[in-house]
Amino acid sequence: MIGTVAPRRIESAGPAVLVLAALAWLALLIGAPMATVFTQALSKGLGAFLDAFKEPDGLAAIRLTLLVAVIAVPLNAAFGLAAAWSIAKFNFRGKAVLLTLIDLPLSLSPVVSGLVWVLLFGARGWFGPMLDAGGIKIIFAVPGILLGTILVTVPLVARELIPLMAEQGADEELAATTLGSGGWTTFRRVTLPNVRWALLHGVLLSNARAMGEFGAVSVLSGHIRGLTETLPLHVEALYNDYDFVGAFASASLLAGLAIVTLVAKTALERAGRVAAAKGSAL
Amino acid sequence: MLALPRASLAAAPATLLNASYDPTREFYKDFNGLFVADWQRKTGQPVRINQSHDGSGKQARAVVDGLEADVVTLALAYDVDAIAAKGLIAKNWQSRLAYNSAPYTSTIVFVVRKGNPKAIHDWIDLVKAGVKVITPNPKTSGGARWAYLAALGYATKRNGGDATRALGFVRGIYKNVPVLDTGARGSTTTFVQRGIGDVLVGWENEAMLAIDEVGPGKLEIVRPSMSILAEPSVAVVDKVVDKRGSRKLAEAYLRFLYTEGAQELAAKRHFRPRGQAVAARYAAKFPRMNLITIAAFGGWQKAQARNFADGGTFDKIYQPG
Amino acid sequence: MVALAPSIGARPAAWREPSPLPGFHLAFGFTLTYVGVIILLPLAALVARPWEHGLDGFVAAIVQPRTLAALRLSFVAATMAALVNVVLGLLIAWVLCRYEFPGRRVVDALVDLPFALPTAVAGIALASLYGPNGWIGSLLEPLGVKVAYTPLGVFVALLAVGLPFVVRAVQPVLQDLDAGYEEAAKTLGATAPQSLWRVVMPALAPALITGFALAFARGAGEYGSVIFIAGNMPGVSEIAPLVIVTRLEQYDYAGAASVGVAMLALSLIALLITNAAQVALARRGGR
Repeated sequence: MIGTVAPRRIESAGPAVLVLAALAWLALLIGAPMATVFTQALSKGLGAFLDAFKEPDGLAAIRLTLLVAVIAVPLNAAFGLAAAWSIAKFNFRGKAVLLTLIDLPLSLSPVVSGLVWVLLFGARGWFGPMLDAGGIKIIFAVPGILLGTILVTVPLVARELIPLMAEQGADEELAATTLGSGGWTTFRRVTLPNVRWALLHGVLLSNARAMGEFGAVSVLSGHIRGLTETLPLHVEALYNDYDFVGAFASASLLAGLAIVTLVAKTALERAGRVAAAKGSAL
Repeated sequence: MLALPRASLAAAPATLLNASYDPTREFYKDFNGLFVADWQRKTGQPVRINQSHDGSGKQARAVVDGLEADVVTLALAYDVDAIAAKGLIAKNWQSRLAYNSAPYTSTIVFVVRKGNPKAIHDWIDLVKAGVKVITPNPKTSGGARWAYLAALGYATKRNGGDATRALGFVRGIYKNVPVLDTGARGSTTTFVQRGIGDVLVGWENEAMLAIDEVGPGKLEIVRPSMSILAEPSVAVVDKVVDKRGSRKLAEAYLRFLYTEGAQELAAKRHFRPRGQAVAARYAAKFPRMNLITIAAFGGWQKAQARNFADGGTFDKIYQPG
Repeated sequence: MVALAPSIGARPAAWREPSPLPGFHLAFGFTLTYVGVIILLPLAALVARPWEHGLDGFVAAIVQPRTLAALRLSFVAATMAALVNVVLGLLIAWVLCRYEFPGRRVVDALVDLPFALPTAVAGIALASLYGPNGWIGSLLEPLGVKVAYTPLGVFVALLAVGLPFVVRAVQPVLQDLDAGYEEAAKTLGATAPQSLWRVVMPALAPALITGFALAFARGAGEYGSVIFIAGNMPGVSEIAPLVIVTRLEQYDYAGAASVGVAMLALSLIALLITNAAQVALARRGGR
């Protein structure tokens, strides 16, 4: 933590202008759309807002969204750790290719991220007839929604971890190994604590994106109310039903969840830093 | 989700998936309730109807790609034909049910703002300078295809069958379109919620629903001198019902659309009923209009290939020069 | 990757440096499997799709004026939005790292919101804000500025979508950048702009390039938030992903995949250029 810059109080006009300019831009780009979502959600009062969460199809959508996140995020976190461990701690040929491949899903249009699974597992896709014979449904069912979500979010944890672990190098792990510590213990005791904030940030981002993903899931869902509709798709459906309050209430639930997790992350990080500072002072 | 145990299927209520297009949400919500009660009364079997709604073309594609819909209730015969072309529905589907397998119809009308400030009465008024027309993209919306063909039909008649001049007229309309939404509901939202445009061209049922939603006195419906008979088509997806063993239920479901109760419901939800008795009762709500049919364009296959495929007349409208 | 396979059996050390650290095979094996199933397999399906009418069919699907115009709009708007985001994202990251002000932590957390919000929700919110009767649109209307339903609307949507990428790329570097450098520069008589340009910028450049690349890639492929505000006029405000959707609507899978492949290729080229720029910068810094 040496060399880290601590934020200063604003003492002159220059910085004040900078801060105001930054805040104004954020208010325009993020604050105003968020305010729209919440004012629309509450436009017919708190009662109408709360009613939106009593509807069975809405509840089913919330459950499905949580289910998808609960499966997709840990998988991507495990992948991120494995990828970062191999790429950052070892030297091998083809590393650049692997890195580019991991980044690639970020360049895919969400529409394409959904379409590719249809090309693979749709009734007329590569594996379609095989799946049909086995009675397995992937597209227009939960597994398809899950695959689309995973493809969209796959780089997020890895991207947080790889640069950090590369910068940290393998010295600490090597030292631990030399002292006789086993691989798993080294990973748990040395590596994980060093990357926990980056890991947390990656996990939260994946989670937020997984719960909010629209484009890819829209292609893969089949839009069956109460069965394969995730929360973002439910928002669209309600909006198309002229149920604007319901649509924005569900949207504000997603936004609210995102805000809570993001603020919690910041608070956790801060607590962690304070604890770390105390620990090193002792 | 992957594999329900077979044993539980017997105990679970029979299910049916209806893949439909966007503007039928309200109608099928009511209709399903009516059908489920009727079916249980007649057979004692509980049924659960699952509904899926999206753009008509998207739904047809989803069924082709493996969405296990027992029945499709789509915006136009072309989309059902597309499923039939892949062998999932018998080629003669349109003759299996009465009225070309279209149990209710609709047409294309105009919606204008209160008092009709731009004095829009017919298609000719849509090409006037300064009139902004809102309508969705025929490439992505079934309703927009009906609207495009209605305009083309009017233009062809007006120009004594001269195809080039007719297309010039339609180009004039689309020159006045500032926003091409991807679907019918999107257009309605643009016109009603965003307050953009002087006239909305689209489904009669959408127009009436929009007026219900915003309350009376803000919007008015204008019926042009000529429009098109839009026939939303329904069909049992043979391959799915044979696989799932749901043919009896699926066929009963579609036949039920033709019963008086269902026709009444359709009329309430702003679709033009086919049944004489109900139609007579709702004659005031659905005034007679001069309607051409898709046959005037040689059927959907020809109409689609000529106008909406890549390089078709719609693309020509947007070619520079 | 293919070249690796034979060398594994023969000389394990040939393709990787030996390391006393354990766990490589487990981690690397899992990584490759995951990349293979989740990324390579679907991409293969995409890249294999457009060729049913040969190369001519692929080219014909791309060179239509409508498709070209849509590709141009998506990539130009994404470039411009990413450039603006580099400047303003840097400003925001700078302010968040360097100055203490009330609510700083909350603001910091909110930066990620456009990333988390479902794109359709963002699109609907932006369209209602910038529409002629919206909060912002009604202010701009008298000035003759139209945002919603014009190419400018695409740009605005991509600004919002891309911002977090730049801020999050720059922030950690800025945080770890030794304030001593700046102090030293100041003591040596450098003015604030000089120290910013000579000392801070070179250190930040790689992160800024990363942020640019990410914001660009996301923007070029963005669909949900754009279609609500773009107007979708062929040749004017129609974006490339919408062309994919309309192709699908005509059951033209090959044509849709062609546009998908073209977009992927363009994004890859952009990614390679930015990677090359990173490498060049690193080399200059190393001297």
